[in-house]
Amino acid sequence: MAERGFQISRLPGFATIALAAFVILYLPIVTLVIYSFNGSNSVATWGGFSLRWYGDAWANQDVKAATMRSLVIGVSAAVLSTTLATLAALGTTRRRAFRGQTFIYVMINQPLMVPEIVTAVALLIFFGILKVATGYQGLGYLIAAHTAFCIPFAYLPIRARLESMDLSLETAAADLYASPVMTFRRVTLPLLAPGIMAGAMLAFVISLDDVVITEFVKSGGQDTLPTYMLGQLRRAFTPEVNAISTMLLGVTVVMLTAFFLLTRKKD
Amino acid sequence: MSPAEQTAIRSSARNGWLLSLPALAMLALAASGPLLIVVYYSFLTANDTGGVIREFSVEGWKGILVTYDIFDERYTLAEANLTIFWRSVWLSLATTALTFAIGFPTAWFIATRPPARRAMWLFLITIPFWTNLLIRTFAINEVIRNEGILNTALLWLGVIGAPLQIVYTEGAVLIGMTYVYLPLMVLPLYATIERFDVRLLEASYDLYASRWSTLRRVILPIVKPGIIAGSILVFVPSLGAYVTPRILGGGKKMMIGNFIELQFLQGKNWPLGAALSVLLLLIVTAALLVYVRVANRDRGADHG
Repeated sequence: MAERGFQISRLPGFATIALAAFVILYLPIVTLVIYSFNGSNSVATWGGFSLRWYGDAWANQDVKAATMRSLVIGVSAAVLSTTLATLAALGTTRRRAFRGQTFIYVMINQPLMVPEIVTAVALLIFFGILKVATGYQGLGYLIAAHTAFCIPFAYLPIRARLESMDLSLETAAADLYASPVMTFRRVTLPLLAPGIMAGAMLAFVISLDDVVITEFVKSGGQDTLPTYMLGQLRRAFTPEVNAISTMLLGVTVVMLTAFFLLTRKKD
Repeated sequence: MSPAEQTAIRSSARNGWLLSLPALAMLALAASGPLLIVVYYSFLTANDTGGVIREFSVEGWKGILVTYDIFDERYTLAEANLTIFWRSVWLSLATTALTFAIGFPTAWFIATRPPARRAMWLFLITIPFWTNLLIRTFAINEVIRNEGILNTALLWLGVIGAPLQIVYTEGAVLIGMTYVYLPLMVLPLYATIERFDVRLLEASYDLYASRWSTLRRVILPIVKPGIIAGSILVFVPSLGAYVTPRILGGGKKMMIGNFIELQFLQGKNWPLGAALSVLLLLIVTAALLVYVRVANRDRGADHG
């Protein structure tokens, strides 16, 4: 053990900057959470602990509708993108490298590389044409857009799980005359389940958080929670938005904790 | 290779494609495919009431750099546009530099914790990483705006007589982007530092290198792939940023992302907006290609 005076990996000032970075990262978020419980009408004064802004948000029909919309889009996009990503992961792992495999990787990860604003503009134009051509204005466009950009997020944990899975159990099932379908349903799928769950949760969080693409694709009256919040920011200060943010934050933290528990390596 | 094996490989490849096809179709419909329409629209004629007239034109691309003066009947340099491009580039570079200045010590700190506690510190970086960008921008806005806690605290302490005007300046956008993109720098840096062999430091100190020259000559060259990855991860979304400059720049300090939106939602110049989008996409692609080349070269150097 090195002397306290000279630690080999210590670099002067680094710990101070790092701790300052953590404070800077959390101070604004913590402030926002605290002020969502502020009973006063201004940030400058503390009006005592109160749930009034949560009450206001809850009573607001627009917020309720936006919450429902966010949930419908988020759940649909998570289910769809996870299904598609699972199939693609099964197609691109555990087999001999084949022609076009790199192309598939690039295509699947493409939403991670293209700036969101560019995709948003592209979908504004394309779905605009479809809206005029078909007359359909519903949530389907938002669900399709969200499904597409959620695919890489769902794909990554599923692929990681598949790659670390032991092939011998499936071989054993096949040796015991299980049909390929039976092997998949009874052996592969249960083993893959944590990866699929993790992928679905990431996809849901990503969908729930999206602002830019939703803002460009939505038709009139199709605000989700984030676009509703963005619209409110244009107006005067509304502590109601703090309350909504805190609730969204809570959902994210719960989902992430579950994600980490699911993907944690067994010791 | 026997014919049976060849058949097996072919069917394996075919199954691979078949299984990937639904995902690829969805992406082609609602992500990659529409990008081609943007390229097409950038070469059409603007319709003053929004949308386009289907006639070939390069006015959209010209509009990036010049404006047509209907009175003089000649083109003049579009200085307002250049201001926005310059601001986008320097703010993105400055954000990258700042996140590195803060992120490198942070990543080093996490990587040098005892393994048991490392996961906890890493989790603390990951939570903001996955937290809604809008919420984080909103949170930093609450701190720096005129009636925010920073100004309230400084006024109360008597340090300042009037609130500091931080929001709606370029500085505010820089603070905001550094805040929201910091985790994107820390995570790849951490990944490379974690693999760093501490014995190299011992060797360096044994050879009488100072801490500074050890940092410069030993640590930085080895963690270079992480530095490049982190820089790309921060620079790319900064350049295309929309939410953060919109909230903290307040419409006055626009970046390319906001300028693109303006062309579609208010400016009614879709071809110009489309041309700007294609340009942004090209710059980002170039940055990613540079990254891939450097990453491959470094990997090659390791083996060589």
